[in-house]
Amino acid sequence: MAVSTAIAQPLDLLDEIVHNTNIEAGSAIPILQQVQEKFGYVAPAVLQRISELTNIPAAELFSIATFYAQFRLEPPGEHMVRVCKGTACHLAGAEKISQAVEIETGADEGHTSPDGKFSIERVACLGCCSLAPVVMVNEDIHGRLTPETVRKMIKAIGRR
Amino acid sequence: MLANATVRVGLATCGVAAGADKVYDALTAELAGKDVLIKRTGCIGMCHNEPLVEVVTADGKSYLYHKVNADSATEIARKHIIGEEPIQEMLYSDNFLSDQTRVVLRNSGTIDPESIDDYLSVGGYQALEKALRTMTPEQVIEEVIKSGLRGRGGAGFSTGTKWKLAHQAKGQPKYIICNADEGDPGAFMDRSVLESDPHSLVEGMSIAAYAIGASEGYIYCRAEYPLAVKHLRLAIQAARERGFLGQNILGTDFCFDLKLREGAGAFVCGEETALMMSIEGKRGMPRTRPPFPAEAGLWGKPTNINNVETYANVAWIILNGGDAFASYGTQTSKGTKVFALAGTIARGGLIEVPMGMTINQIVHGLGGGTASGRPFKAVQIGGPSGGCLPASLADTPVDYESISKAGAIVGSGGLLVMDDTTCMVDVAKFFLNFTYNESCGKCTFCRIGTKQMLDILERITNGEGREGDIELLEELASNISTASLCGLGQTAPNPVLTTLRFFRDEYVAHIFEKRCPAKKCKALIHYEVISEKCKGCGICNTYCPTGAIAGEKKQPFAINQNVCTHCGLCANVCKHKAVAVN
Repeated sequence: MAVSTAIAQPLDLLDEIVHNTNIEAGSAIPILQQVQEKFGYVAPAVLQRISELTNIPAAELFSIATFYAQFRLEPPGEHMVRVCKGTACHLAGAEKISQAVEIETGADEGHTSPDGKFSIERVACLGCCSLAPVVMVNEDIHGRLTPETVRKMIKAIGRR
Repeated sequence: MLANATVRVGLATCGVAAGADKVYDALTAELAGKDVLIKRTGCIGMCHNEPLVEVVTADGKSYLYHKVNADSATEIARKHIIGEEPIQEMLYSDNFLSDQTRVVLRNSGTIDPESIDDYLSVGGYQALEKALRTMTPEQVIEEVIKSGLRGRGGAGFSTGTKWKLAHQAKGQPKYIICNADEGDPGAFMDRSVLESDPHSLVEGMSIAAYAIGASEGYIYCRAEYPLAVKHLRLAIQAARERGFLGQNILGTDFCFDLKLREGAGAFVCGEETALMMSIEGKRGMPRTRPPFPAEAGLWGKPTNINNVETYANVAWIILNGGDAFASYGTQTSKGTKVFALAGTIARGGLIEVPMGMTINQIVHGLGGGTASGRPFKAVQIGGPSGGCLPASLADTPVDYESISKAGAIVGSGGLLVMDDTTCMVDVAKFFLNFTYNESCGKCTFCRIGTKQMLDILERITNGEGREGDIELLEELASNISTASLCGLGQTAPNPVLTTLRFFRDEYVAHIFEKRCPAKKCKALIHYEVISEKCKGCGICNTYCPTGAIAGEKKQPFAINQNVCTHCGLCANVCKHKAVAVN
């Protein structure tokens, strides 16, 4: 796959990540994690480059990236909304919270809103069961939500 | 002014989510330049009372304030710390903490998890020193066997025996792994230990490494726990700097180092063979056992793998002796166990109690009954591999044997309390949806069988259940259990089987009467405005996402059933309780 010059600089960063991580066996996952942390997602072109640098077949890297829920293959929105779907949250009405988030952002679960502001992901459990239902926006956890409060919260973040 | 006082603020994830960082900021602003130590601590386990502030005077008297906010924190600083007058009406006084026995959580909420000195000040790393200087690896293993400690991750295998097998196994190097991929929804015991007392894990793993003869270890931690990952990194770094990890630890021949690996979001990686595949950088798919990890684990070498809570017990056992640990608990389930009490519970949080306490004692005694005040209906134990036990079995003691005899498993320690508004078919569907999503796809029965079971449950909750569905569910369940390779598949049908066993009437109501007794299943309920109660304020109309509600101001509104999606937002926002579910 030809590498366009426009992304040459990010590729330097990528080479650095691989170089710094690939000193021990089993480093495919940490490499992908750092790539996602730096770029926001794991692009197919990036997999190709990692493969060239590590000698791990691109197909194998792709199989890893699609196996683990953490990896995104598309660029995320400006804000990441993670709706907790753990048992406590489910009992406390996580479905309604989810629905309210979808209505307010215009994005479906697992996707990004048309304006690129929000991405919605489901997460199995954030471990804050006593504050159920819980939503994590970027790095912050918000608990004891209702459909109204979550809509207000999303509105406020969208205006930022 | 309370000179030399310590003020502890609980800043674990739950505390921060409840606003504890603002409390901390308010205290530091108010007490700047004063002779007071404001300490960032972890979680004490009282999630229902967060944020928590504890004032400890120079002579050791403790005052615990609960549900503190920035304003009341300022008040505490002014009145209690500067004015020396405790604010009685804001103090917490209850038996939630005093009724517990804390081994694993011994330091949680009292020490600063980011400070190795704080851990050392409460006797940290003394157990490692004792083991290295005065005990042989065989003696360490003997002590752990004597304690009766069993794996706290769910399977309940004897920890000492596991270590012995790894110790006796031939092959070098040997590895030690901590499973910190706490994936059960509704369980957060390990998160709390990792966030609040990370050194106890590092110390426990070092002792285990010494016992089995390992020189390298891995902690496999969920990436969804960013604070836990941060605290682990700091702990490993500090332990290396002080010589508790690395070459010639404490001047002995023992060499051991730890690496941290972040899980990438796959529940199946909680299964030990899948976890090891993941550390090796592959897709986390389980393999057949035997060979067990003790013989051929990580990279084919002898490996010992335990979870966070198991290791967190070890230092205590070495210091206090196996007999002291075994004096807690029952004949076959020794020691204490941490439970995450959540769901519809008045006082949710983390509790640590001797094994053998009954479900009722935990739910009503420590937990204070249901949060809603409605009747206690069932408790879900053991996460997606466990089961739902009805209130009628709540006198069952919580130990490995009694709980599995009742049809569930102790599992990792998630206890979810449900009141009578919970639909048990919906709960079963929830868990099955989870295992279906998380199945790695290796075994046909798990991959396709869970999908079939989920389809049937979807149909039942959609009001399209058919005669024979219950029998079909039972047949599929037994096939999936038999023909799956790992614990995920083998136990996936448990939530369905236990709800069928104890709440069969609810399945019958859904299938044959097209009725959801708990009024939870969307397709089997509808929302109506009670004309007599409706004041015509129109708030429901403003919130309705589909425009299904119409009416004139000050007149009763009405819901168009053809447009309504049963989201329930109108019932939530109505201040007059004028929207009924039928």
